[in-house]
Formats: sequence, structure tokens, C-alpha cells
Amino acid sequence: MGDLMIRVALPAHLRDLASVDGEVVVEVAGSVTQRTVLDALEARYPVLSGTIRDHVTLKRRPFVRFFACGQDLSHEPLDALLPEEVVGGKEPYLIVGAMAGG
Amino acid sequence: MSRVRVLVGTRKGAFVLESDGKRQKWDVSGPHFGGWEVYHLKGSPADPNRLYASQSSGWFGQIIQRSNDGGKTWEAVGNTFAYDGVPGTHQWYDGTPHPWEFKRVWHLEPSLTDPDTVYAGVEDAALFRTTDGGQNWSEMPGLRGHGSGPHWQPGAGGLCLHTILLDPSNAKRMFIAISAAGAFRTDDGGTTWLPINRGLKSQGIPNEEAEVGHCVHRIAMHRSRPSVLFMQKHWDVMRSDNAGDSWTEVSGNLPTDFGFPIDVHAHEPETIYVVPIKSDSEHYPPDGRLRVYRSRTGGNEWEALTNGLPQSNCYVNVLRDAMSVDSLDKCGIYFGTSGGQVYGSADAGDTWSAIVRDLPPVVSVEAQTLDG
Repeated sequence: MGDLMIRVALPAHLRDLASVDGEVVVEVAGSVTQRTVLDALEARYPVLSGTIRDHVTLKRRPFVRFFACGQDLSHEPLDALLPEEVVGGKEPYLIVGAMAGG
Repeated sequence: MSRVRVLVGTRKGAFVLESDGKRQKWDVSGPHFGGWEVYHLKGSPADPNRLYASQSSGWFGQIIQRSNDGGKTWEAVGNTFAYDGVPGTHQWYDGTPHPWEFKRVWHLEPSLTDPDTVYAGVEDAALFRTTDGGQNWSEMPGLRGHGSGPHWQPGAGGLCLHTILLDPSNAKRMFIAISAAGAFRTDDGGTTWLPINRGLKSQGIPNEEAEVGHCVHRIAMHRSRPSVLFMQKHWDVMRSDNAGDSWTEVSGNLPTDFGFPIDVHAHEPETIYVVPIKSDSEHYPPDGRLRVYRSRTGGNEWEALTNGLPQSNCYVNVLRDAMSVDSLDKCGIYFGTSGGQVYGSADAGDTWSAIVRDLPPVVSVEAQTLDG
């Protein structure tokens, strides 16, 4: 099986930082999990390293959330498989900057 | 003819102000990195078109940007600031141990001689260095390893290393300051550090003359006399004539000796500037009058500079990194406010005008004097 093409939606500030418009697509080999998608995203766009999860601990930054298919995946295990719709390219994996600050 | 470039960091992006040597008409560009906090930008003395910027966000963390063309274009460089070894703990506000955690870069200080070497002062307080133009950053661990680190406690703005002064006459000597730990000096290029807080008195800490624990807001020096230091402490304006070995108070006739920035005239080593702020709980000028105070005697005797500054209903603050001087003749001086104004004076503070009035809250101001 070849690499899977995973759609990823970024918040506006990270799209600016990565100099991209709209969704990005990253190639993931093997299991499609939050960890492998984030690894592939950071490999494709190194400028995003540290902006979504901590460089050292790899913990999600507190005001960043992960969604897919109407589900909040922010507290799900990073190595759990993502929904089939994401794996098949029907739905994007959403990285969202929390609305905070009033 | 010389030109001036003023780099302005704000809560919502960076701005670059440029003028010819007359400093009457200004071009304003920006915002760069719109929506992000830019705590500091600074140019390399060895290559003034090489700029570094600290871009950060509560959402997305720390980015370091570099420009090779004076701020026209930028590229993100390395943003990994990992503490050396096991970070350990410092004191939290309540006195309990708290793990060292990187939050942001407060201050970037490019080397005096090498455009690729830059020092970064960060929160939680530590000193980092790059020697490859910002791609890789390494902690200089001798500072936190000095031994007093576990006793450092954050100021209201966090445990931040906000001031880095490089001695132009001695490449091994450097001064730094941390809120609220105090000032430190290295004489061996950063391997070992000495707290230099003798003479500081800070009411409200258990031992008001402690070796560390003082809320130093800013230190300044004149490059021709690097052993003479001027300090704006939380309260008190101080000076040292022996590279920080001891300090004496020079607040003199200031209306209040609380404040954040302090700077030195480019050509007169005994002429210094502060912006008195009413108190640590109010953070605005006394009487609603924005006044820069100038001493031509290295402290103690101060005069209010008011010409062109608002003298009624003004309740802005001026933060510690938000004042800078150029080196033209006459010396230009610039400062930015929490209300988004950047004021400039082309005559050493005698008269002022607003270069811009409606930026986001200003965090830092750095002036560069450029040839041609």
C-alpha cells in the first residue's frame, strides 16, 4: 500500500506561517494516527514545529484542539487510528486555535 | 547622509519606521507577523540589515524570524529552546518549587561582531545563544547553574530574562537582568556568573538586601564606559561605577522612582533618561502627564522633558524595552507606549513628536543608525 494522502486544515495564523492557502495534504506511511499526521505535517512544513505541540514533550499546546468528523479528538490517544473518512480523504483532520480571550 | 530605522514590537505585530537624518518625515511599514506578539526586534551591529525578531502567541508558541534586508522580507528560523539537562525548579509566586518551563523570548541581543551570533533572554529565565543565524539555539547553562536559580521568583510579568548588555571592550564580559532575580555578570564568556545586586534594597522581600530576588527592570550602559551601569529597578534608579560590584541610588528629585526603561545618550555618557511611572499598581504617569526625565549628571538631578508630550489625561505605560537612542548628532531618542504611540525626539529630548499614534500596545523599540 502506498502512502496515504491526508487532508489537514490549519488555523489562519499557521497557514500564514507555512505560506499556504486552504487545506494542506500530507503523505502518511502506515497507520494514520494523530501522531503520524502531525509528524508528517511538521516534516513537510518545519516552520510549524513547536506551534501545535511542544518541541520537547510533544504535548498539545493548551489552546490548540484537534477535531475530525465532528468529534473532538484533543484528548484521544495520539496513537489511536483516525476515522476512515480522514484516512480515505473524505474529511480533513482539523487543527483549531481555541477561541479564547473573550 | 545617515538614516534611521526604528524597529517597533507590539502586541499585534512588528512595524518598521524609517526616516532620513532629519527625522521629520517617517515611512511606516507593517504589520509584520500581524496578530502575533512581537516582544523584541533588533538588528546586528555588524550587519544592520540583518534583523532578528521574537514572534510569539499564547496559542502557537514561539517563532524566531530573521531578515537579511532590513525588515522587507523575513524567514522563520529555529524555534527550539530546550533547557540544558534536567531543568529543575525555581520558586513560584507562593514560594513553592515550580518546574522551569519555556514560555517566550523576551529579548534578542545580536553579537557586536558576528551577524550569525545572537543571545536570547527567555521566560522562564535563561540565556540562549545561536551561532548559526538562529537555526539552532543552545542554553548557556552557567547562568541557571549559578546556584541561586532554585530561589528565583517571577515578577508580575513572569520570570523573564529581559536585559542583555555586551561589553564592547571585553568580549568575555556580559551583563544580564532577570525579573525578579536581579542582575548578573559574566567575565568568562558565560561559563560562570556572579550576582551583582549589592546596594539594591527591595522592600517586600524577606531580606531586602538579599543577593538575589530583586526586581530589576532594565540596565543600560554607554559603550565608551562599559563599567558604568544605570538601572531602573522596580522602585529606585541606581548606578554602578564598578561594573555592578556595588550600586548607589540616584533617584534624586524624580517625582516617582518607579518605572521600566532607562537609556543613555549616544554621545554623553552621563546623560540618562527614564520615564517615571506613578506606582507598581497603577502603571501610568503621575498626574496624567507623560514626562521623560533627563539627567545630565548621571543621576540625582533630573529635568522633566515635556515639549510635545501630552500633559493632561495621559494614562499610558512605557515598557522596559520600549526606549532607544540613535547615534546621530544630535542624538535621537524614541519610546513607545501601551497606547500605541511611538514618540521621537531629534534633539536629545528637548522636543518630541509622535511618529505614529495608533499602533497596538508597544512592547519594544530599537533604533538603528544607518549609513547612506
